[in-house]
Amino acid sequence: MTQLVSIYRSRWIWSFVAAAVVWTITVMFTGGASMVGLTQAAFTFAAFSIIVGLGQMFVITLGPGNVDLSIPATMTLSGTVALKFINVDASLIVPGFLIAAGIGLGVGLANYSLIKLLRIPPIIATLAMSFIIQSTAIWTNRGLRIRPPQPLSDFAVGFTFGLPNLAWVALLISALIYLLLEKSVFGRWVIAVGQNMRAARLAGIPVDGVRCLTYVLCAVLAAICGFFLASFSGGAALNMGAEYLLMSIAVVVIGGTSVAGGDSNVPGIWGASLFMFLVVSMLNTYGFDAGYRMIMTGIIIIGVIIAASSRTVRI
Amino acid sequence: MKTLFSADSLRILVPAFSLAALLAAVFYLQPRTMSYMGLNLMFNLAVPIALATIAQMLIIAVNDLDLSIGAFVSFAACVTATFLESDPLIGLIILAAAVGVYALMGVVIYLRNLPAIVVTLGMSFVWSGLAVLLLPSPGGSAPEWIRAIMTSRPPFVPMAIIASVLIAIVAHLIVMRSSFGVVMRGVGGNSRSVERAGWSVVKVRAMTYALAGTFAVIAGIVLVGLTTAADANIALRYTLLSIAGVILGGGEFVGGRVSPIGAVIGALTLTLAASFLSFLQISPDWQIGVQGAILIIVLAIRLLLNRRERREKRA
Repeated sequence: MTQLVSIYRSRWIWSFVAAAVVWTITVMFTGGASMVGLTQAAFTFAAFSIIVGLGQMFVITLGPGNVDLSIPATMTLSGTVALKFINVDASLIVPGFLIAAGIGLGVGLANYSLIKLLRIPPIIATLAMSFIIQSTAIWTNRGLRIRPPQPLSDFAVGFTFGLPNLAWVALLISALIYLLLEKSVFGRWVIAVGQNMRAARLAGIPVDGVRCLTYVLCAVLAAICGFFLASFSGGAALNMGAEYLLMSIAVVVIGGTSVAGGDSNVPGIWGASLFMFLVVSMLNTYGFDAGYRMIMTGIIIIGVIIAASSRTVRI
Repeated sequence: MKTLFSADSLRILVPAFSLAALLAAVFYLQPRTMSYMGLNLMFNLAVPIALATIAQMLIIAVNDLDLSIGAFVSFAACVTATFLESDPLIGLIILAAAVGVYALMGVVIYLRNLPAIVVTLGMSFVWSGLAVLLLPSPGGSAPEWIRAIMTSRPPFVPMAIIASVLIAIVAHLIVMRSSFGVVMRGVGGNSRSVERAGWSVVKVRAMTYALAGTFAVIAGIVLVGLTTAADANIALRYTLLSIAGVILGGGEFVGGRVSPIGAVIGALTLTLAASFLSFLQISPDWQIGVQGAILIIVLAIRLLLNRRERREKRA
């Protein structure tokens, strides 16, 4: 019973409840016909939001003002450059992946050097950085759309044990992130910095190192996500990361991570990502126009956040 | 000399010098721009950006961030090109209602202690959706009067310059000189002490958001006056441009420290950066990248000057 109460009290459960409700409504509307397809699609597309969401979660945990706006640009750049390097040659998939991760490393380091050296708020630093990354991506892309090599695209759209491969990738990354956050010293440090940076510094935590690593982690995850998204959709497109700016922030907040920092939540990211995809496909199923669909999506996001906030007490 | 280099005047001087330096570079590269027509062409599109930047600045003054400005200006532009042109009364009612929604948003964010970033991101979907419903494809036409104002050619000084100066003066009077402006910046500085002093924070925030909505609506109307038509994505990039403009102009993200004149200068600088590039014959691929670079350079200069000033104070 106490366990039940503690589950009821945990914030992340609500994102799963919401996802389940939307799933049920959609399946009922189609008379159960879409059950398997919808579930598989949900896990495939949620995988992308989960990967970027985990990175954004780490950054947001660092405290107010910390948010990474360069995620979409990083995704685009890593997808573009990696596929260009691989150039439909299956033997270069692993080096290509490493290049994507390397781009993430570079972007993360550049982001944090701007924050640290120029002492500018992370929002503006990552924003300025994203302008530069986006331009680099446009310059390298040149309107070409290089297809991913066959084995890579087969992997990206394939299934293992009934679940999409990408969902397994997201699950693996989530497990690693969970261990990093909950069981490692680094994770504790991130949370300590998010709760009170000054106190963390006085306690001897290497605050700069922790913040730097966090931004690097976020950028690397975004780069990896860009790599898989480009492989999944048959090539990198310049605007492919665009929707993940909202998505990465929304899944973090809906998933129960505190925007005030110092309190993060890995399972909630899964619930929120599934929920976000299912809402869109539910509205699609009902045959709404693009305009109505966007309005509903916006209202639902705000509604969920208002509903989630009613349980928090205003300080 | 001392007052010239005080922290407050530096806040204005750095952006002003940046704009002057950029303008000098443009004049040097292309002397023909040093004319009535040249200036008007270069700064025409800066007018709606300046208005959107002021709107963003008001939101930043109360420690929030509006990620829906671009979508909202697009929506206002769509209303202008459709209803405001055909049935001015209905158009005005819609725009007034939109401003009302902005005020409501400010109240809800405060009362429910919601993250402004997420609520405004959600609202950006709503505005975009409404805009798509109004104008599914680019079209509409500009009301005669705004077209006449924006294409008018006053003697000696181009309309774009007059409009920018006017925006700066009006915003300066409201934010820096009126009693409402003082309380508003007080809410950004220390919301609780403003409340203890007997002001209603809810009312102040509602008014701030409504004012920001009003500026954004005017930005949409002016934009249509320049382009003569609208589409649902016409101003989406204003969101990032407006944030960059506020920071470029010397504003801070927290503490209610903003500068309306600086914000207008920031918007002009960002617009001019685009012309600068085309005169340098740099490929348009790098256009947004250089806007990012300019942002970084200006912030670096500001840091250096602030540091020197601090050293002088100590000496």
